[in-house]
Formats: sequence, C-alpha cells, structure tokens
Amino acid sequence: MDDFILRALAAGCGIAALAGPMGSFVVWRRMAYFGDTLAHSALLGVTLGFLLGVDPTLGVMGVCVVLALVLVALQQRRALASDTVLGILSHSALSLGLVAVAFLETLRVDLIGYLFGDILSVTADDLLRIYAGGALALALLALLWRRLLAVTVDEDLARVEGLPVTALRLAFMLLIALVIAVAMKIVGILLITSLLIIPAAAARRFSRTPEQMAALAAVFGMAAVAAGVLSSLRWDLPGGPSVVVAAFVLFLASNLVPVRRG
Amino acid sequence: MSTHPKSGPLVETHGLTLVLGGRTVLNRIDLTVNPGEIVTLIGPNGAGKTTLVRAVLGLVKPTAGVVKRMPGLRIGYMPQRLNIDATLPLTVRRFLGLWRPVESTRMDRALAEAGVAHLAGSPVQSISGGELQRVLLARALLSEPHLLVLDEPDQGVDVHGQAELFDRIADLRRSHGCGVLLVSHDLHTVMARTDKVVCLNGHVCCSGHPEDVSRHPEYHALFGRHADQLAVYLHHHDHTHATDGHVLPGSDGDCCGHDHHHHEPEEEHRHG
Repeated sequence: MDDFILRALAAGCGIAALAGPMGSFVVWRRMAYFGDTLAHSALLGVTLGFLLGVDPTLGVMGVCVVLALVLVALQQRRALASDTVLGILSHSALSLGLVAVAFLETLRVDLIGYLFGDILSVTADDLLRIYAGGALALALLALLWRRLLAVTVDEDLARVEGLPVTALRLAFMLLIALVIAVAMKIVGILLITSLLIIPAAAARRFSRTPEQMAALAAVFGMAAVAAGVLSSLRWDLPGGPSVVVAAFVLFLASNLVPVRRG
Repeated sequence: MSTHPKSGPLVETHGLTLVLGGRTVLNRIDLTVNPGEIVTLIGPNGAGKTTLVRAVLGLVKPTAGVVKRMPGLRIGYMPQRLNIDATLPLTVRRFLGLWRPVESTRMDRALAEAGVAHLAGSPVQSISGGELQRVLLARALLSEPHLLVLDEPDQGVDVHGQAELFDRIADLRRSHGCGVLLVSHDLHTVMARTDKVVCLNGHVCCSGHPEDVSRHPEYHALFGRHADQLAVYLHHHDHTHATDGHVLPGSDGDCCGHDHHHHEPEEEHRHG
C-alpha cells in the first residue's frame, strides 16, 4: 500500500477515535446543530489565522470559542428560539468565511478541500497534529467524563451538587472546537458533524453504558473511514464524502441488526 | 430525634423577593426549615412554589432579601422531573453514581429505602414516572443530606402511591434526622404528614400547623372547594390523633394580618 493511503487511514482512524466519544456527548446533549454551527465558522478561522500570521488551527479554535460564547449569550437572552439563533450564525459564519477568502487574493486556499476535506493528501505533519490534538482532547474528556455526564443529565441537579456547570459547559465547547480544528482538513467543515453523530447514533442500539457507546462509536467511525478511503481510491471518489456515505450505510445497516433487550 | 450537632435552622429566608420580567413572583418571603422538621409549601399554580425552592437551592438569585444556609449544609434535591435523552444508555445504578463515587452497598441501601431496589439494573428511561420519582429520592439520600428538598414528589404518582410516598418521606426524616422542604399541590395526603405548612401565593398567605392553616380564611379563599374536602379528611384524621392524646386545635398559625387584599396590587403590577 502506498504511504499516502496509510497516512489517510491513520489520520481518519485517529479522528474517529476522538469523534466517537465526543460525538456521543454531542448526541446526548442534543448539540448536533451547535457543532455544525461551530464547524461552519472554521473557514473564517483559517482566514483570520492567515491575516494575523498565526497557525490556522489556532485561528479556528479562536473563532469557534468566540462563536460558542456568542451563542450561549444569545441563547440565554431567549429573544429568539435556539434553532433560529443557530441558523443565523451558522450560515452567516460560513458566508463570512467564503467572502473573506475571496477578498484575500494573496491567500491561496484549497476551498473545496476545506469544505469537503482532502483525506488523501494528509501529510506527516498533519498526522502529528491530529494525534497530538486528539490525545489532548481525549485526555481532557476522560478527566471530565463523569462530571460532564452529570451536567448532561440535569444542570440544576449538577449545580445543587456543587459542580461548576458553566465551566464544564465551556470546557465541552472548547473540546468541540478542538475536534473541529483537528478534523477540518480531513473531512471538511461541512461534513465534520456527520463524523461526530452518525457513528454515535449507530452505536446507541448496541450499548448499555455510556462508555460502551463511546467506544463502539469510535470503532464504527474507524470502519467508515477505512471503507470510505478504500472506495474513494477504488472508484476515484472524493474522500470526505465517501467516508460520510460509508458511515451512513453503516448506520442504516446497524438498524437492521436485531438487538436482544434485557 | 435529630442527630444534628447544630441546633440552628438549616435554611432561612428573610424578606426574600424575586422579580422576573417585571412581575413580582415572590414577595417578602420569610421561611425557616429546622433540623428534623417537615415543611410543606402549598399554593395554586403560579404561586411561586418552585421558584422559592430554586431560590433556597441557590439556583436563582433573589432580587431582594437573603437566603441563609447553615454552613456546610448538604442538600439532597429531588427535582420535579428529569428529561434524560433516550440516546444516553444509563442504568439506574450508573445514574446514581454520576455525582460522586458511591459504594454499591450504599446505592442498594438508598434504593431499598426509596422502595425501588429491583430497578438497579434498568435503563433510567425505561422506568415509569412514579418509579423515577423514587429513584430521584434515592439519589437525594446518597449524600446523607441535612436537608431534603422535594419538588412535587407526588407528580405522576397515583393516590395510593402518594400516601405511601409521604409516609416514606416521614420515615426517612426520622431515620436520617434530616429536615424536609417539600412542594405539593396535593393537600389531602400532605397535610397529615407535615409539621408546618406554608401557604404561598406570591407572598406567604398563612403558615403554621397544618390544622391551623386549614382553618385560615386565606387558605379557604385560595383553595375553595378543595379546602372543604380537606377539612373532612382532617376531621377523620383528628380522631386517630385524639386517641394518641395529641392536642388538636389551639395554637395559632403564624398567619399574616397585613395584606388581605393582595390580589389587587398584583393586578396593578401587571398593568404597570
């Protein structure tokens, strides 16, 4: 097998290992659209990073965090329904990113690559970034696991029990931003959310504990990456979308498998 | 009866006032819960019962007035309802251990005390509303609380289950020596099993011993027809107590004499 295929598989599996547990939380906390909105702002982060002369990953993290804070502030005011706020910010952030890219003629951006991912052009540098960022995010998630579960079950209960609810919510948003920054180049900002939620949704029926679901989601994600990358090579298909289609097929198939309850 | 070293109140509010969106939800509330005491908040819908509980818990900041909690106070809170997403695979046992690591023998004991020992391995989303209430009660007991705060624990429980539930709460108060602050809209079952009733309608209409409150005119104004049914119930209850030699009528409830036309100012608030 060629090196670039191995790198693609390694990168995809690294992201899937992170996306499994993170995506499970996104599903449990009903934050799929929230994650999507943050992902859509990533392009703006890339251009801002370029403008400020910092690493695009930092730019993406920065913009995601700012957007997350704005979202929380707007949702607390309750002047508009939550999905309306998300819809406004999601598409505005994406369009701002596209406009910014067009303005900066000196910035040569592989736009399609950012939007839909380019898993077959992963470099050794990217791999390092994915595994370093992924390990950091997973370690943080493991550290906060039980407390995040408590906050997910009920925020008031968590507050009465003395948990720092606001800090935990912020930490979780930061983790989502980290996932987006890490996964952006591989599956693309338009498709990141699918890698978070589809494997997790497929894993739900086979799990009896949160940990089982997180681990199984990671395995399903890796299977989707492998199937997607290989079919992309075989039939010359776009990499990112192939991975998502593979995940979708896996999700459909998982619903056909009978599960014994009890 | 109480095993508490400190004898002061567990929670006290003084002049607690809360204005939400221009509406005075709570108006100068004085409330005290002592160790080993069951205090029941009753009142019509929108009377501010849950809001008062949330203020006592520290979940909402009062606009004016103070909430004083005993230093080091441990609260076991049982919310009115809990919506756990169906996608989260969580057994009852796992659920109980989310807030702090708990030994499994303690978990089993708490579940048994709440009468739901058989549910330990069931997914939390699969159990009925009444069963969930008891699991929430078991959860509240796990921290060995000084104060149990129960927001409408009788919701989704049938009449027979309610009587049993309130008996259970009274038992828990004895065995754990904890104070209990509970919200109820069901007058019948609660009245016989509480030390103090606080009748709430934005402000404290009247408070005191359940039988005194049940005779108070403001209480009748609030509950009307239902109050009469309750009087019948209490009459029946009086007899059982009389055989115990319990003194029945007498001590005056702590009823407010200042503002008996309270509905009118509230109307003005809305128009202003």
